Amino acid sequence: MPDQLILEAEGLSKSFQAGGRQVAALDAVSLGIRAGVVTGLIGPDGAGKTTFMRLAAGLLVPAAGTITVLGLDATHESLAVQAALGYMPQRFGLYEDLTVQENLDLYADLQGVAPALRSARYAELMHMTGLAPFGRRLAGRLSGGMKQKLGLACTLVRAPRLLLLDEPTVGVDPVSRRELWAIIGRLVRSEGMSVLLSTAYLDEAERCTEVILLHEGRVLDQGPPDAMSARMAGRTWAVTAPGLRNRDLQAALAGQAGVVDALVQGEHVRLVTAAPGLPEAVSSHPGIVTRAVAPRFEDGFIDLLRRREGESRHATSMAGPEGMARSAADDAVIQVQGLKRRFGDFWAVDGVDFQIRRGEIFGLLGANGAGKTTTFRMLCGLLPPSAGQLRVAGLDLRHAASAARARIGYMSQKFSLYGNLSVAQNLDFFARAYGLSGRARLERLAWATSEFELGPYADQLSAELPLGYKQRLAMACALMHRPEIIFLDEPTSGVDPLARREFWQRINGLARQGVTVLVTTHFMEEAEYCDRLAIMAAGRILALAEPAAIKALARTAANPEPSLEDAFIRLVEDSAMAAAA
Amino acid sequence: MSDRRGGSAMRLKGLVRKEFLQIVRDPSSIAIAFLMPIFLLVLFGYGVSLDADHVPIALVAEAPSSDSVDFMASLQGSHSFAPRFMATMPEAEQALRLGEVKGIIRLRSDFSRQLRRPDGAPIQVIVDGVDANTARLVLGYVEGAWGSWLAGQAARRGQSLATPVAMESRIWFNSELKSRNYLVPGLVAIIMTLIGALLTALVMAREWERGTMEALMVTPASMTEVLLGKLIAYFVLGTGGMLLTVGLSVWLFEVPLRGSFWVLWVCSSLFLLAALGMGLTISTLARSQFVAGQIAIIATFLPAFLLSGFIFDIGSMPAVVQAITHVIVARYFVAIVQTLFLAGDVWSVILPNALALVVMAAIFLTITWKKSRKRLE
Repeated sequence: MPDQLILEAEGLSKSFQAGGRQVAALDAVSLGIRAGVVTGLIGPDGAGKTTFMRLAAGLLVPAAGTITVLGLDATHESLAVQAALGYMPQRFGLYEDLTVQENLDLYADLQGVAPALRSARYAELMHMTGLAPFGRRLAGRLSGGMKQKLGLACTLVRAPRLLLLDEPTVGVDPVSRRELWAIIGRLVRSEGMSVLLSTAYLDEAERCTEVILLHEGRVLDQGPPDAMSARMAGRTWAVTAPGLRNRDLQAALAGQAGVVDALVQGEHVRLVTAAPGLPEAVSSHPGIVTRAVAPRFEDGFIDLLRRREGESRHATSMAGPEGMARSAADDAVIQVQGLKRRFGDFWAVDGVDFQIRRGEIFGLLGANGAGKTTTFRMLCGLLPPSAGQLRVAGLDLRHAASAARARIGYMSQKFSLYGNLSVAQNLDFFARAYGLSGRARLERLAWATSEFELGPYADQLSAELPLGYKQRLAMACALMHRPEIIFLDEPTSGVDPLARREFWQRINGLARQGVTVLVTTHFMEEAEYCDRLAIMAAGRILALAEPAAIKALARTAANPEPSLEDAFIRLVEDSAMAAAA
Repeated sequence: MSDRRGGSAMRLKGLVRKEFLQIVRDPSSIAIAFLMPIFLLVLFGYGVSLDADHVPIALVAEAPSSDSVDFMASLQGSHSFAPRFMATMPEAEQALRLGEVKGIIRLRSDFSRQLRRPDGAPIQVIVDGVDANTARLVLGYVEGAWGSWLAGQAARRGQSLATPVAMESRIWFNSELKSRNYLVPGLVAIIMTLIGALLTALVMAREWERGTMEALMVTPASMTEVLLGKLIAYFVLGTGGMLLTVGLSVWLFEVPLRGSFWVLWVCSSLFLLAALGMGLTISTLARSQFVAGQIAIIATFLPAFLLSGFIFDIGSMPAVVQAITHVIVARYFVAIVQTLFLAGDVWSVILPNALALVVMAAIFLTITWKKSRKRLE
C-alpha cells in the first residue's frame, strides 16, 4: 500500500494571460505522490504550487498533460475527484459571518455526512483542534491560527482519502504552525490519510516524508528531505572572525570562489561550500574560526538553484548607495517609550519600549495581530499613538511628523508600486514625490537603475515584473531620497531564497554605511539576519536581545541548539502561563 | 439514486440556511434588503412629488380693487399655490430672480375696467422656466384658476359665460391626480431590482473575493445546487421586499390596489426571477464586489429607475430611447404594477408584459446556468 501512487501528473502544463503575455505557471511537470505519507510541495511565490493544487482538485483545466487523482482523471471526472478529496484553499474557505459550529454544519451538509454520525465526528474534530470552547464564536473573530484549524476541521468533516492543503501556514503564528503539523502527523498515522501540502517556508520541508521542490513551474528535485540535505554533507560551516562584525565577514566571503552561500545567522556566518572541505579563500582569511555544522534543507535548495542559474545572480557587488546621511555612530536614532495604541477597547500596542542605534538592523518579530504593524505605522508617523514617547531621527513625531518622514524610507509588504506605470515611470514618480529635481533627480534615477539592475526592465509595467524585481524596484523607490532610516514591512515573504539573499546583502550594505534598518517579519529566517530582535505578542514585547541570546532562552538538556522558533514558542507559552496565573 | 437525491436535498438545505445566516449578520445585506426599500418608500411616499403643491408665486395688483382682491383670494384658497402679495413689479421680478417665487401674476391698474369690456381683461403671467415641468404646471393651474374664477363671476351676475365649447373633464384611475399613487407601486420594481440583481451580484462576488467559492467548488455540491441555494434565499428575500412595499403602499400611503393581489404576486415572482438571473449573470462576469456593484447599478438599477416608466413616461421619450427600453426588464413589470394598482386586472396589459418577463427570466437564468462551471477560469 504505502508505495502506491495516489496522485500522478504527466507532462502537466498550464499558463495564464498576464498583461498580454502568456506566463507559464507549470511547465511539463511530471511527478507521483505516494499514499499514506505527507508530501510537501515547496517553492517560492509564483513557483506554480497553487496552480498544481487547483489542477489536482479539478478546478482548472490543464493546457497539456494529465493529472490522475485517486485513480480518476481530475480534469474529466472532477466531480468524482472532488467527492473523494479534502481541499483547503489558501484563505481556509471559511464564512466569516458564520459561527464555528455553523461552518462545520454547512460543510457537513455539503459533504453529505449523515446526521447520526455528526456529533461523534464533531467531538473528535473539536478535540483535535482545541476549538470546542469557541463553537458559538463567529469565524471572522478567530485568530489566524484558529481560523486555520477550523478550515482544516471543515475539510475533515468527512474523512477524505487525500488531503490537499494550499499554504496552510501562511500568516499563522509559530505555535499554531507547530500544532497544525502535529494534527497532520496524527491524521496520517491513525487514519492512513495521504496529505499534499504546499508551502513557501523551506524549514517546513524537514517535517515532510517526501518533498517536491518547485521553481518557476518546473520540478527541481523530488525525494525525502534528508536525501537533499545529505548531498550537502561536509559542505556547511559556521564561521566567525573575532574583531570583525559578522556583516563585514559575510560581505568578504560571499562571492568568493568555492563559496555557494554565505549568510549572517545570529552570532556567526553560515557558509555553504561548493565541495566538501573549506576552500582556500575562506581558510586563508585572517583570524577565521570555522566549525562544521549540520546541513539544512535550504542549503540543498540554494545549491540546486545556483547550479541551475550559473553564476549570473551570484556576484553582484553590493556597494550600497554612496554618501548616505550619517553622523556619529552609536546614538539612538529611534527612541520609543511606553508606546500604546488603542482601537476601541482593544489595545493593539500595550506599552512598548525600545531604542535603535544608528546603523543597526532591528527586527520586530511576531505573529499576525501581535501589534507589529501598528507599532510600525506609529513610527512612520502614519498613526498617532494613544500614549507614550516616540522620537525618530531626533524628532518628536507628535510635532514634526512630516519632517521626520522626509528622513525615513518605507517599503511595504505590498510594495506600493503603481502597477500600470513602467519601471522608469515609477522611479521618476517617486523621485519627484520626494522633491528631487534637475540634476539631482537624474543622478538618483541613474543610480537606482544601475544599482538595482533595472535597466533591461525600464519600459515594462511594474505589475508584470517577477516578484524579485518588484521587490528591487520598491526598494529603489524607498531609497530615492537617501533616507537615514528605512522601514521594511515583511520585505521578503514569499520570494525565492536567492532573491532574499540578494536583498539582505543590499540591506547589510546600507547598514554598514550607517543607515538604520527596522524590519517587521513573521519569518524566523528573516529574523536571523537582524542585529537585535524584539519578540512581540498581544501588543507587548516578550523579549529584546540579540538573536543568539534569544535562542539561548530556550536551551534545555533535551534541546541544546534551539532554533529561533523554539525560543519564540517558549516565550509565548511562558507569557500565556504567566497571564493565566 | 435516492441516496444521491437525499444528499442533494441536504446540501441545498445547508446552502440556503447559510445564505440566510449571512444576510442576517451582514450589515450591507441588511442595508440593501431592508433599509434601502424603507428609505425609498418614505422618500417617494412623502418627499418626491410631481404635483404642483404650494408653489410660491408673487401676486402684483397695481391698483387693488374689489375684483383683484376677489381673484387673488381664489388663488389663495387653492392648495396649488402659496401666493405672496407684492406691491410693485420690480420687487416681484427680484424675487423671481432669486428663486424665491416660481412665477408672477400681474394685474394691471386698469384690471377692473377692462374686465367689464367685451374683449376682457388681460393678466400677465411670468413663469420661471428653468424647471420646465413646474413651469408648465404653474401655467396650467393659473389658466384653470382664471377660468373657474370667471365662471364664478358670471354665475354671480346671473349670466352664463359665452363659450362655444364647454369642457367636461373626468379623471380616471387616479382621480385625485396624486403622483404618489403611481410612484409608490412602481417602487416594487426598484426594490426587487436592488435585492435580486445588486445584492445577489455582490454576495456572489464576495464569495469569489474571500475564497469561499473555491472551497465550495471542491465539495460534492454541484454548481446548480450552489446557484439554486442563492436563488432560493434571495427569491424569498425579494418576495419579502415586495410584500413590504405593497403593504406600506396600501396601508400607509393609502394607494388603492384595484387588481388582484395574487396576480401581482405571480407577476412579481416572474420579475424577481429575471432580476436574480441578471444578478447571477453579472456575477459570472465580475468576481470583485467593486466591479459587480458598478455593473449592477449601471446595467440594472439605473435603467429600472430611469427607463422603466417608473418616473418618466416611456411614451414621451425619443424613439431611440423608447426602443432601448424594450430590453429593460423593469419596464414590463412597471407597466403591470401601475395597471394592477390603479386600473385593475386589465388582461390585455398584464398578459403581454408577463410573457415578456417569462422570456427575460428564461434568457438570464439560462446564461447563468451555461456560464457557471465548476472551474476557476
